[in-house]
Amino acid sequence: MSNIFKPKIVSANDLFDGDVVYMDGDGNWSRQIAEAAMASAPNAAEALLARADQPAKVVGPYLLDVTVDDNGIQPEHFRERFRETGSTLNAKFARLNRSSPLEESAVTQGNR
Amino acid sequence: MYRYDEFDDALVRDRVQRFRGQVERRISGALTEDEFKPLRLQNGLYLQLHAYMLRVAIPYGTLNSRQMRQLAMIAERWDRGYGHFTTRQNIQFNWPKLTDTAAILDALADVGMHAIQTSGNCIRNVTADHFAGAAADEIEDPRPTAELLRQWSTDHPEFAFLPRKFKIAVTGSPNDRAVTKAHDIGLRMIRNEAEEPGYEVIVGGGLGRTPMVGKVVRAFLPKSDLLAYVEAILRVYNLEGRRDNKYKARIKILLHETGLEQFSAAVEREFDDLKAVQGGPSVAVDPQELARIEAYFSAPAFEVLDEADETFETALAADGTFRAWSKQNLAEHRQPGYAIATISLKAIGEVPGDATADQMRLIADISEQFGHDELRISHEQNIVLPHVRKRDLPAVFALLQTAGLATANLGLISDIIACPGMDYCALATARSIPIAQDIARHFADPTYAQTIGEMKIKISGCINACGHHHVAHIGILGLDRRGVENYQITLGGDHTETLAIGERAGPGFGAEEVVPAIQRLIDAYLTLRNGPKETFLMVYRRIGAEPFKKALYPDSGSTAPNPPAPSSDVISFSGTAG
Ligand code: SF4
Repeated sequence: MSNIFKPKIVSANDLFDGDVVYMDGDGNWSRQIAEAAMASAPNAAEALLARADQPAKVVGPYLLDVTVDDNGIQPEHFRERFRETGSTLNAKFARLNRSSPLEESAVTQGNR
Repeated sequence: MYRYDEFDDALVRDRVQRFRGQVERRISGALTEDEFKPLRLQNGLYLQLHAYMLRVAIPYGTLNSRQMRQLAMIAERWDRGYGHFTTRQNIQFNWPKLTDTAAILDALADVGMHAIQTSGNCIRNVTADHFAGAAADEIEDPRPTAELLRQWSTDHPEFAFLPRKFKIAVTGSPNDRAVTKAHDIGLRMIRNEAEEPGYEVIVGGGLGRTPMVGKVVRAFLPKSDLLAYVEAILRVYNLEGRRDNKYKARIKILLHETGLEQFSAAVEREFDDLKAVQGGPSVAVDPQELARIEAYFSAPAFEVLDEADETFETALAADGTFRAWSKQNLAEHRQPGYAIATISLKAIGEVPGDATADQMRLIADISEQFGHDELRISHEQNIVLPHVRKRDLPAVFALLQTAGLATANLGLISDIIACPGMDYCALATARSIPIAQDIARHFADPTYAQTIGEMKIKISGCINACGHHHVAHIGILGLDRRGVENYQITLGGDHTETLAIGERAGPGFGAEEVVPAIQRLIDAYLTLRNGPKETFLMVYRRIGAEPFKKALYPDSGSTAPNPPAPSSDVISFSGTAG
């Protein structure tokens, strides 16, 4: 098993509307993953999470693994990718306040 | 239909008021999230992947046009213009804001609705046959029993913190449309040899992580003993049910571990004690109260009509689409000249169980104009007009066509149950709705779907099984296999009175492999059947799983080996589809 540390960001749900939010470098919450503060070492991740304990603004902050490529920060797990893009069903379910278009679902791209 | 009395109304209003205060205190910081969470759940408010979700109870799936219009108003004013009807005959709003929820609950209270006991380890909304009071095969209307149980269980202090959630279903027909054998308690209304009315009491059924078929604990329970007996079951469960391990906390595990005989004996002892010590009105069914409740459910003023209707017959002869819809979506009514019409919420490519505010309003209008103001939500996520004159069916159908509600696919391959899955649900291990949409699109040709005949496909997005995949002819369970969505197929399940848990076919499939896999199963079925009258389930029961497994895994030479138990490490504890 490799012990290589994977870069992490903090996500949570907004207290008021439940939307997915990411914590930025100032400890504020953004709906854009591109604005998330990233930790590249365990102690930095712990510090991020400690800073995210803001019950007046968010619910359930936690760390998630990400990678960085030419498109910016990408969540590793598909669950986090769906959280980021919004429900995959239809443009009407896309997350609010997002400018990028919805990816079409892998499933609906197949078999038609 | 039951109408809330002053007591019900005061109770609901009081709860809304308290919840308003709780939300305010959460926002002010006086309550932590840990303190607030159980309070919001007690009022039906979940937090999902992208938003809050409010689950509203529709007791035994029955509502009227005024209530349906209010749901439409709520969807438009505080949500995103639609609602999702669930396998527990409830409705869920997927996008409410925390600060709007008390206002939504107030709007629900205005029409005698609420979200109480739609979550938590309590007795949940009681479900019933969606054809209650209308079906030709019905012995007795199950709704008064369900309403009695609702009143008894609402805010019942002794059962507010059970080891786990507790679900009760009631049917009054021998053809079980309420899946009674997959509930914590299933009640089948029967008659004994002396023709006296009573119940067959089934306990310990359930789906989820450990699917089990319920067992008959009492073959005949006189009607008047209902509450005492149910209370006895709950007492045994409350005391003996496991609280150390939430995966073993449901009553099905208790019954399984105790054994039927010992469990039944414990219930009977408790029942005798209850009758001896407290045989007063606290647990006995008060005949006057029951009569009061029953009066609310008396049949509408049906006209005396001939069974055959000329307008209906003429439309059938003239219009092929109407003929197809009538063949598929109508069921026999107990009153001559009437029919039960089911509105499919499974239009090809749409989200199973979703209805827009406009659709809800149209359905409300139709029920008011043509359906004695009654509507039902089925556990299969469709909407039922229980009492429609056959003469009015062409007009009803024409209205449904205007709103994309006239899909003639009831009971066919595209009438799929799908839980919200990873498009909404925080507990999901994979998506379920897009799989349902792809299957429906692939089998969209109505002639082909008719050729395949009765076919129940049910999809769950995790092991909690809100999509009832265990009892599907073809069940699909979405899992997370090392970071990729993977779908496991089960075969031969049955949700009716002959309830059976489907057998796992073999290794799972990637999302894009699911539709071809289903196609292979259908091809095999069409080859193997002895004519169109032999359904998929009948063939499966006649010849077993092997030929279907061979079709599913054509490259594996012989039968695919049974795979090891799913290694998904995402552990979930409370479904959100229902
Ligand atoms: S908890 Fe229920 S609704 Fe959520 S994914 Fe699992 S089965 Fe589906």
